[in-house]
Amino acid sequence: MQKYDVVIIGGGVVGCATARELTRYKLRVALFEGAPDICSGQSKANTAIVHAGFDAKPGTDKARFNVIGNAMFDTLARELDVHFERNGSIVLAFSDEGIPELEKLVWRGVANGVKGLRVIRAEELRNLEPNVSAKAVAALFAPSGGIVSPYELTFAYAENAVKNGAAVFREAPVTDVRRDGRGGYLVRAGGRECAARAVVNCAGVHADEINNRVSAERIGITPRRGEYHIVDKSYGKLFKSAIFQLPTAMGKGVLVARTVEDTILLGPTAEDIPDREDKSTTAGGLAKVLERAALTWEDIPRRGFITTFSGIRAHCDKDDFVLGEPGDAPLFFNAAGIESPGLTAAPAIAVYLAESVAQRLRAAENPAFDPVRKAIPAFRTMDADERAAAIAKNPDYAKIVCRCENVSEAEIRECIRRPVGARSVDGVKFRARAGMGRCQSGFCLTRVMEILAEELGVPETEITKSGGGSYLVSGRIFGEEEGGRA
Amino acid sequence: MREREVGVLVIGGGPAGLAAGIAAKEAGCARVLVVDREDAPGGILKQCIHNGFGLQAFGEELTGTEYAERYIEKAFAAGVEVACGTMAIDLTGGRVATIVSRARGLETVRAGAVVLAMGCRERPRGALATPGSRCAGVYTAGNAQKLVNMKGLMPGKRVVILGSGDIGLIMARRMTFMGARVLACVELMPYSAGLTRNIVQCLDDFGIPLLLSHTVVDIKGRERLEGVSVAAVDETLSPIPGTERELACDTLLLSVGLLPENELSSTAGVRLSPATGGAEVDENLQTAVPGVFSCGNVLHVHDLVDFVSEEAARAGKAAARYAAGETRPRGTVPVEAGSGVGGIVPQFLGEQIEGDVKLMFRTRGIYKKARVVAERGGREIYSKREMILVPGEMVGVTLKKDALGSGREPVRVRIEV
Amino acid sequence: MEERELICINCPMGCRMKATLEGGTITSVTGFTCKRGETYAREELTRPVRMVTALVRVKGRAQPLPVKTDRPIDKDLIFDALAALGHVTVQPPIRIGEVVLANVCGTCANFVATANVR
Repeated sequence: MQKYDVVIIGGGVVGCATARELTRYKLRVALFEGAPDICSGQSKANTAIVHAGFDAKPGTDKARFNVIGNAMFDTLARELDVHFERNGSIVLAFSDEGIPELEKLVWRGVANGVKGLRVIRAEELRNLEPNVSAKAVAALFAPSGGIVSPYELTFAYAENAVKNGAAVFREAPVTDVRRDGRGGYLVRAGGRECAARAVVNCAGVHADEINNRVSAERIGITPRRGEYHIVDKSYGKLFKSAIFQLPTAMGKGVLVARTVEDTILLGPTAEDIPDREDKSTTAGGLAKVLERAALTWEDIPRRGFITTFSGIRAHCDKDDFVLGEPGDAPLFFNAAGIESPGLTAAPAIAVYLAESVAQRLRAAENPAFDPVRKAIPAFRTMDADERAAAIAKNPDYAKIVCRCENVSEAEIRECIRRPVGARSVDGVKFRARAGMGRCQSGFCLTRVMEILAEELGVPETEITKSGGGSYLVSGRIFGEEEGGRA
Repeated sequence: MREREVGVLVIGGGPAGLAAGIAAKEAGCARVLVVDREDAPGGILKQCIHNGFGLQAFGEELTGTEYAERYIEKAFAAGVEVACGTMAIDLTGGRVATIVSRARGLETVRAGAVVLAMGCRERPRGALATPGSRCAGVYTAGNAQKLVNMKGLMPGKRVVILGSGDIGLIMARRMTFMGARVLACVELMPYSAGLTRNIVQCLDDFGIPLLLSHTVVDIKGRERLEGVSVAAVDETLSPIPGTERELACDTLLLSVGLLPENELSSTAGVRLSPATGGAEVDENLQTAVPGVFSCGNVLHVHDLVDFVSEEAARAGKAAARYAAGETRPRGTVPVEAGSGVGGIVPQFLGEQIEGDVKLMFRTRGIYKKARVVAERGGREIYSKREMILVPGEMVGVTLKKDALGSGREPVRVRIEV
Repeated sequence: MEERELICINCPMGCRMKATLEGGTITSVTGFTCKRGETYAREELTRPVRMVTALVRVKGRAQPLPVKTDRPIDKDLIFDALAALGHVTVQPPIRIGEVVLANVCGTCANFVATANVR
């Protein structure tokens, strides 16, 4: 039986970040992800905001880890080479009655330790955001708000964790966790059992199921679905900040948020659903997003729509993060109920959990830990000299596969070869951006399938969209016998 | 970085680019370079193995692959340099292009004139915002066509087609030929966007129902597609609650429109028409950027490739003349789309016209026993009675040089019922 | 007496036509707008034919070769023709127009290549 010091359950941003932070210590760390790829749940499908911290109730873990996490992003983004911009957040008020509400947010932020918050009037708002709707009369401005690519961050954490010695297993759903009777735990993952001195539960929408196996301090997670529209990057220059809305009679507001890749996210809705994996979008939900987003952005260009998606937030009935050891399960650590501002808080949660685990296991520091991870150099962000140099070193940089996002063959091959690399078309899409653009893989799909088949050494008929049963083709037109590979 | 100078640079080696390159060469341009991103020229025709091409251009019925081959051979014979595996990643208003290829790395190309011939792309699912799961098994019809015809791969076995554009209809037949079961072709509008001939020979021949005024309202399946919900729509094209029907299928093909690929045009500062999604051009196919011309599906989405070739040849010839020093700015006399007329090309004319001018447009709806009328300065300069006009087929209006006259007076085209 | 409905394919009018047949002989055609409609209806009812385009296996590569019938064949024979083609594997090089399968199902039509393979 394989023995680890720490087993992490769940390969979302919190799990991967915790894995990386744990490798700062001399610990054997393993991470198990049930899905075919890491970053498959809410870490992939969220609003990609680094929240300033004015929203969470003072005194909560949400407030505390939000503000600590926010401050970590500058260093983190440098170390892990991920796109991060401190572009500021704005909350719009659409009537004068909203202004006291904005003031309340300022005070809440101040209580949470957020700096630089202030209410701005229409004129200053227009200076900051000239394309915001005429209906907005005032706004809260939070200069410390930012945006980050949530999947870049998750993949970067995972790569860095593996580089520093952690093991990451995919398609390894944890079906059982129990005490081994000697103070540790037995974890059954992907049909195999392993032993762990400590367990960290980062199982997202399934975190309650894991917790409730080992602790009588039960928690309940409600899957809460949020639906989004994505607007093409050609509109990305219209807005600088992430733009929130004060709740109105119509309900809780939605965001108009530029991403680090310059696309614009509209959303999310919030709807409690029975199925934890039901990532469908709905006609009603998408219509609601548009109706509400139109308050912020009056003429949303329908011809700019690229796609829609939905994410399932793990809403905890305690209405706060659930962090650390339950009283009755020593060395079992929770990171449960991690919904917004979970992405912002993740780096801080990971440090907190890693320190707690290391302390309890009396682990020594790992002197070999290297915090630096380099991103795959992206053709699209290079200048002419950099491009020429990249091509000279690797001619695959001269072969553009995804024309909408200018992703080269070199980047696609590299994202498959990296630790915890891509194994599916979606895996390539989220790591290298091929297929992420306006044509949504209309042109590059077949080439990406070919490259995946070559790199993974499998026939193209076995390539999937996102692992598991998501096969892309049903077979060869002439069957296998004589179709033969070239 | 390498640098080279050419007379005419053609971006895109599909039917438009090849025809433009050949015409530029024939018009006397010494150095004509056609660049194409793919490994072989021919563009979308490479995957069009069905027949129905070339009746206008060659007077015989060819497959898309055969039609392409004729132009490829002609281009080589004429001495057009065709660089495949080469992508244009930048174009300036001063006609300096940056191209990249594995063979030659990054290159700067200074061109006397540029012809934009990048073609179009299919509208993806996301553009429709069709709700449901983002499972595998949802393809644009053209993507499925590429998988089957060029890769020998079957997208799936039980197929529903959304949209009755010609590619969707053609794929209904192809999938049937390949042993798949096509359950239905679902069309939002009360009429099909495809040719009658394709409806009869691709759907009716095989008993595939065409559901007009219907749409897909839900896409189901966690990993691979398991089924779609199809519902009737009302006059506002909104789904009618209670009319939903479930169709179990593993494949959904989308044939819901084509969009000109003008990202590169925009970097050069070319002005686009909201009506066509393509450049605004004059009768010589010149855009607002002097010396930059546009033709084929990147200019406006055509119905027949034969017209693409014809238009592209005019662009190629005009580009060669520009490169040879006959530089004139784009015309500024507007061609206006009157009632019933969708995006019209060209959008402008010169004050002095050298010959007859061909206008092309799509109608905004179905018109029976209608007249196509062109007027200038209160004078009727063209009139033709048509039995039927449908948005799926382009209308061509050839204005005679003499009837057109000269001057700054706009030309207006409309449909009279 | 038998009644048959047809849609004319000659132009976007798509005239819906009705024909009556007696003992296999066409006795009347109605619903057409122009002469081409009537001609189409008579041909389609007497002997419907189609050009068939298809794919054939190529030895040594996954990409299939596109082919077509060099003349239209009886509509009823389409699937037999495709089945016959399913047994064929061609050997490169192949030139456009080269016969891949001769005398398809006894129709005198041949499947010919519509692309070159080097």
